[in-house]
Amino acid sequence: MSIRVLFFATIADVTHLREAEVDAAACANVASIYDRFARASPQLEAYRPSVLCAVNSEFARPDSPVHDGDEVAFFPPVSGG
Amino acid sequence: MLRLVHEPIDTASLRNALVRPEDGAVAIFEGVVRNHAHGRRIRYLEYHAYEPMAQRRLEEIGVSAKKEFPIREIGILHRLGRLDPAECSIAIVVTAAHRAAAFDACRFAIDAVKKTVPIWKKEFYEDGEAWVSDE
Repeated sequence: MSIRVLFFATIADVTHLREAEVDAAACANVASIYDRFARASPQLEAYRPSVLCAVNSEFARPDSPVHDGDEVAFFPPVSGG
Repeated sequence: MLRLVHEPIDTASLRNALVRPEDGAVAIFEGVVRNHAHGRRIRYLEYHAYEPMAQRRLEEIGVSAKKEFPIREIGILHRLGRLDPAECSIAIVVTAAHRAAAFDACRFAIDAVKKTVPIWKKEFYEDGEAWVSDE
């Protein structure tokens, strides 16, 4: 019963992680997953106002619910083009 | 022709693959790697993506462009990996019966890519490197 969590760009640098798994039972929504990683990497708090998130490759919001088997991603504002 | 690529972009091939006799206009936009930013010399860039989502977003932008503008076809190629100055990072080709829609859809597409496709640019300078996280 797990959720795959992905980090990109500056967010991956801060967490020192590109990918992790969390127990789905312990996470109600996107924000609760971010909270969990922010406890281990307090610098994530500085990125909280600007961080973008996605659930299963669709943009999501902090209060978007998460479920077992979901893929949740956190990343900074994009800079492609 | 809405996809991420890891090799150099051949804009002429994209254009030739899309254009048809019924088109009266082709708008082409290329984003190119600049050799300077914020007064610093750029040696090269790296583009990184959340690939499955970025691919999906490119397809959605293509669908939106066709819905919003009277165009016939749109292609977008965005390159990932290491790029040197003057190389093309993105090519957008829009074909339409008339020029106004082609220009408008091309502008719409590059703006949407820059705001909503999960791709990040890392700049490598003479003396360090940094993510560019918004412009």
